Amino acid sequence: MHQEYTVIEGDFVNAGKASSSVKKTLKQLNVNPQVVKRVVVALYEAEVNAIAHAYGGKVIVDIDADKIKMVVADKGPGIPDIALAMQEGYSTARPEVRDMGFGAGMGLPNMQKNVDRLNVTSEVGVGTTVEMEVNFQ
Amino acid sequence: MTLREIVDKLGATVGLGSDKLDMEVEHCFASDLMSDVLTLKDTPVLITGLCNVQTIRTCDMANLDVVIFVRGKRPTEDMVELADENDMVLICCQYSMFKTCGILYEAGMKPLY
Repeated sequence: MHQEYTVIEGDFVNAGKASSSVKKTLKQLNVNPQVVKRVVVALYEAEVNAIAHAYGGKVIVDIDADKIKMVVADKGPGIPDIALAMQEGYSTARPEVRDMGFGAGMGLPNMQKNVDRLNVTSEVGVGTTVEMEVNFQ
Repeated sequence: MTLREIVDKLGATVGLGSDKLDMEVEHCFASDLMSDVLTLKDTPVLITGLCNVQTIRTCDMANLDVVIFVRGKRPTEDMVELADENDMVLICCQYSMFKTCGILYEAGMKPLY
């Protein structure tokens, strides 16, 4: 099953719509609730990042019988030092992002905790792509 | 403790889910930081002063069923609509977060960590 969603810069009202839709789909497919939670928490973190830090992007989701693959690709400033961004507590979030309850520097580390495979690629001035996979079993 | 007892102890009002007040809950978590809420193991109740649509969305993702808003914060219509879609309970109280936590802790609610 293939799903695509568009993410718009600064659109916090709709942040999480893709994750919410994926949650509904996985529940309908009777995926283990604990696995569903790991998937949607990681995807939501990535979605919020794209809205908070970039100029918009796409969420692409592919669901197979045994796993889900999620790609969140944004057009944005990129991440100059991915290893630093992966450190818990490191954040470059603007005050308005913090006002929404985010920007604590926990997003990328939390994605890593929740998924089975995480790959972050980024080019400064172009954008960032986060690829995540979670096995259902 | 039931949600009805929580509402009574806090002198709170129910913004959504008044039909679910017999739900038994044991653990609470208090935070305004949604990033922190997203790292929790399952807990039913969040106490927060952050009152925006992302509070509800975060609770949906983190499997939180009950939100207690402190300091007189009232959820907006779009928040109630989203919470309703996800069968959540929204409780509003006038007390500060500190006082809310103190009352519920004293009454026997347990911390997550």
